[in-house]
Amino acid sequence: MNRTILTVDDSRTMRDMLKMALVEAGYDVVQAVDGLDGLEVLKGTVPDVIVTDINMPKLDGFGFIEAVRALQKFRGVPILVLTTESDQEKKARARSAGATGWIVKPFNPEKLVSAIRRVLA
Amino acid sequence: MDPMESIRQTFFLECEEQLTELEAGLLALEAGQAEPDTVNAVFRAVHSIKGGAGAFKLHNLVQFSHAFETVLDRVRCSRLQASPHVMKTMIRAADILSDLVAAARDQRELASGAWQGVEGELRSLCSDTEGPAPAAPTSGTGAAEEAFSFTPALIALDFPPPEPQPSCVTIKFKPADELYAKANEVVPIFRELARLGSVAAVCCPDAVPHLEDLNPLGAYLSWTIELKTSHGESAIREAFEFVEGDCLLEISCPAPDAGLGFDNASNELGAATSQPEEEAAKVVDFAPREIESTASATSALSAAQASASSSSGSGKAETGAGPGLNQSQPTIRVDFERVDRLINLVGELVINQAMLSQRIIEAGVGNSPSVAIGLDELEHLTREIQEGVMAIRAQPVRPLFQRMARIVREVADSTGKAVRLRTEGEATEIDKTVVERLADPLTHMIRNAIDHGVEAPEQRTSLGKPAEGQVRLTAGHKSGRVVIEVADDGAGIDRPRVKAIAIKKGLISVDAQLTDTEIDNLLFLPGFSTASTVSNISGRGVGMDVVKRSIQALGGRISIASQPGAGSTFTLSLPLTLAVLDGMVVAVSGQTFVIPLTAIIETVKPSPASVHPLGVGSRVIAVRESFLPIIDVGSELGIREPLTAAHTGVAILVETEGGAQNALLVDAIQDQRQVVIKSLEANYGQTPGVAAATILGDGRVALILDVDALVNRRRSESTSYEMPIAVGA
Repeated sequence: MNRTILTVDDSRTMRDMLKMALVEAGYDVVQAVDGLDGLEVLKGTVPDVIVTDINMPKLDGFGFIEAVRALQKFRGVPILVLTTESDQEKKARARSAGATGWIVKPFNPEKLVSAIRRVLA
Repeated sequence: MDPMESIRQTFFLECEEQLTELEAGLLALEAGQAEPDTVNAVFRAVHSIKGGAGAFKLHNLVQFSHAFETVLDRVRCSRLQASPHVMKTMIRAADILSDLVAAARDQRELASGAWQGVEGELRSLCSDTEGPAPAAPTSGTGAAEEAFSFTPALIALDFPPPEPQPSCVTIKFKPADELYAKANEVVPIFRELARLGSVAAVCCPDAVPHLEDLNPLGAYLSWTIELKTSHGESAIREAFEFVEGDCLLEISCPAPDAGLGFDNASNELGAATSQPEEEAAKVVDFAPREIESTASATSALSAAQASASSSSGSGKAETGAGPGLNQSQPTIRVDFERVDRLINLVGELVINQAMLSQRIIEAGVGNSPSVAIGLDELEHLTREIQEGVMAIRAQPVRPLFQRMARIVREVADSTGKAVRLRTEGEATEIDKTVVERLADPLTHMIRNAIDHGVEAPEQRTSLGKPAEGQVRLTAGHKSGRVVIEVADDGAGIDRPRVKAIAIKKGLISVDAQLTDTEIDNLLFLPGFSTASTVSNISGRGVGMDVVKRSIQALGGRISIASQPGAGSTFTLSLPLTLAVLDGMVVAVSGQTFVIPLTAIIETVKPSPASVHPLGVGSRVIAVRESFLPIIDVGSELGIREPLTAAHTGVAILVETEGGAQNALLVDAIQDQRQVVIKSLEANYGQTPGVAAATILGDGRVALILDVDALVNRRRSESTSYEMPIAVGA
C-alpha cells in the first residue's frame, strides 16, 4: 500500500508541484492550505510523513509543527519543512519546534523524495 | 496537458492573486489602514512568488522578489521604518514585480534597466541605517550579503572525487532523546548508509535499564557501524544531516590503505565502549531489503517509538484519504470551459423545462394540482440552479479596481499631477468575462480623467481646490445591472472647445444647436480627440468611441455627466451576465422575436391620430411632446410589407446607447421573460439587426433583436428599408 504524505503549503503552485513529484514517486498525497487546515486534515488521516511550508497565514509552520508534536498520535510522524538555503535561523527554529528534517527550496523531485526516504522508517 | 505546464499556469494565476494581495496590502499600509497581519500577508505574497519562481528557474523574478522580500521582512520585524520613501519604493517594486511576472509568463526577458534600478533601491533600503543594524543571521557573512546571496541553484555538496578503493569507516552513533522526539529514526539512517556501501552494525543495548526504570520515550541504544565505502566523510555525514545535534556521532575515516582495522580503544561512546565476543557475532550485514526485519531485531525500542507511523499506515485506508483528497480545502479550481459547459447545459435545462410545461398544458393535464405543483417546483428549481451556476462566473471587481490604482500612479507621475484614486463597492460581483473586458475601457477612461480632467496642482490651488486631484471609481448594483462610475474632480468638459472641434472636423454643422448632453456625447464619435497635441497618455490611438464600442459589446451603456469646473462622471451600466437576458417576447408576422428589456423605455398602443407620415415611407409617432421615428420591424427585416395601419400593432419605445429614441412597431407582445442567449454568429453567421438567438418553450428558435443596429441602419439608409434575414422556425 502506498504511503501517505500530507503537504501543507498556502501556495497552490507549491502544492501542485509537491503533489506531482510525490504521486510520481508512488506516494498518496493529502493537502492542506495552512497550518490550521493541516491540523484539521490530521483529524481524519494519519500520514506517514508531513511536508510543511513555514510562511503561511492563519497558523505558520512553526506553530503547526508544535501543535502536531503535542498530539500523542503524531509524535512519530516525521515532519519535513520547506526552507531556503539562506534560512538557517528558520531551520533551527523549525527543528526546535520538532521538525524531523528539511527540504531546501527550490526543490527538485529527487531532492524531495530523497528527503522523505531519509525519514520514512 | 503536460503536468508541468499546468502547474506553470497555476503559478501565474496564483501570482496574479498574490500581486493583488500585495498591492492592496501596500496601499493599506501607505494609507495607515493596515491590519496587524497586513504586513505578514504582503510578505507572504512576495515570498510565495519567489518560491514558485525558484521552482521554474525564473532567475530575474527570484532575484527581484528576494530583494523585495528582504525589505518586507525588515519592515515586518520593525527593523525598517515604513517611511513614505520606503512605501513609495515598495509600491514601485510591486509594479515592477507585476511586470516581471508578466514577462516570465509571456516567456520574454524584461530589459534589465526596467527593474534592476528598483532592485538596487530595495537593496539600499536594507544597507543604509534606517533602523537598528540587523543581527547577522550567520557569522562570517555580512548581513546584506547574507540577505542577497540567495541563489536558486542547487547547493553543490562537497563530494570528494570517488576513491577507487573502498575503505572501511567506523561510525559510532548514539541517538539522544531529542532524535526520537523529532520523529527521526535509526533505520532510515542505516538505509542511507547502505546506499553508500556495505554496512555492518552492532547494537549496544547495555544502557537499557530495567523495565520499571525505562522511560518509553528515552533513547538507550547505541550503535557501532562499519561501513565499507568509497564515499568520503561528507557523504556519510549527510546521512546523519537531520539528526545532527541530536546524537553523539563519531566518524573515523582511516587512511585509504588502512584496510578493515577496527580500533576499539579509539571509539569512546557512552555505554558502547567495548563489544563482547557474543555481540560481535551478532554483526549483521546491512542490505537495504532486510532493513525492516533487522531493525525490529536490533532496535525493538526504536521500532516501538516509530509504531505510530506503521500502525497509522494501515489505519489510513479506512479514512478514505485517497490521493489529493482534502476535506477542508475551502475552494476548488475548475476549468473555465467546464463552467461554460455547465452554463450551456443549464440553458438547455431552462428551455427543456419550458417545453415540458407547455407540452403538459397542451396535453390537457396541466390542471391536475399535483402536476401543476410539480411543474412549479421544477421551474423554481431550474431558476435556482441557473442562478447558482451564474454565480460561479461572478467575480468581484476588486482586482480590476486595484489594477487601476497603478494606472493612476503612472499617469499622475508622467503628467506631474497629484491624483488619488478612491474606490468604492469593490465587492460588487460581475460576470468574469465582463470583468476581463472592462480593463481596457476603464484604463482609457482613467487616463482621460487624469490627462484631460484633473488640473495641474498649481492651477487647482489657484481655483481653491485641493492640490491633489481625485479620481473616484465606484461599482454597485442598480435595477439588475452593474453600474460603474469613473468620476474626477477636474475641470469638466470644455463644451465650447468640444463643439469647435466637432465643427472643425466636420462632425456637426456650424449652426448646429446642441444641448449640453449632445455636446458631451460628441466625445464618443469616432476619431474625436480633444488633445491639441497627441499626448502619450491618452493619445494612444484609442478614442472614446472605442471605449463605447467595447462597453456596448458587453451589452452595456455608457453616459457622461459633466459640470464645468467641478469634474466629469462617466457611468457604465452593464448586464450582470452575458448568458441570459431579460427580454420582451413579441410577435411579428407570425414570427417571434425578443427585444432586450434594457433597451425598452415603454410600450404604446398607437392611436390612428398619433401616427404621422414623414416623407417617403417614413412615419413618426407622437408620444407626449415628442415625435419618434417608427421602425416597422417586419418590413425592416424583410419578412413582410410595411404595416399600412400602424395602429393595429404595438409600438415599443426603445432607446439606443447614443440616447436616440425610436418606436419599434410589432404585431403583439406575447411575454416578458428571461431567455438564454445562443450565439448566432457561432452557429450561423453575423446578421445585421439580430444580436443573437434563443430557444423558446415550444422549442422554436426566436431571434433577439439588436436594437441599436436596427435604428442605425434605418437612420443611415433612409432610402432602403431592406434588411432581409433568414428566419428559422
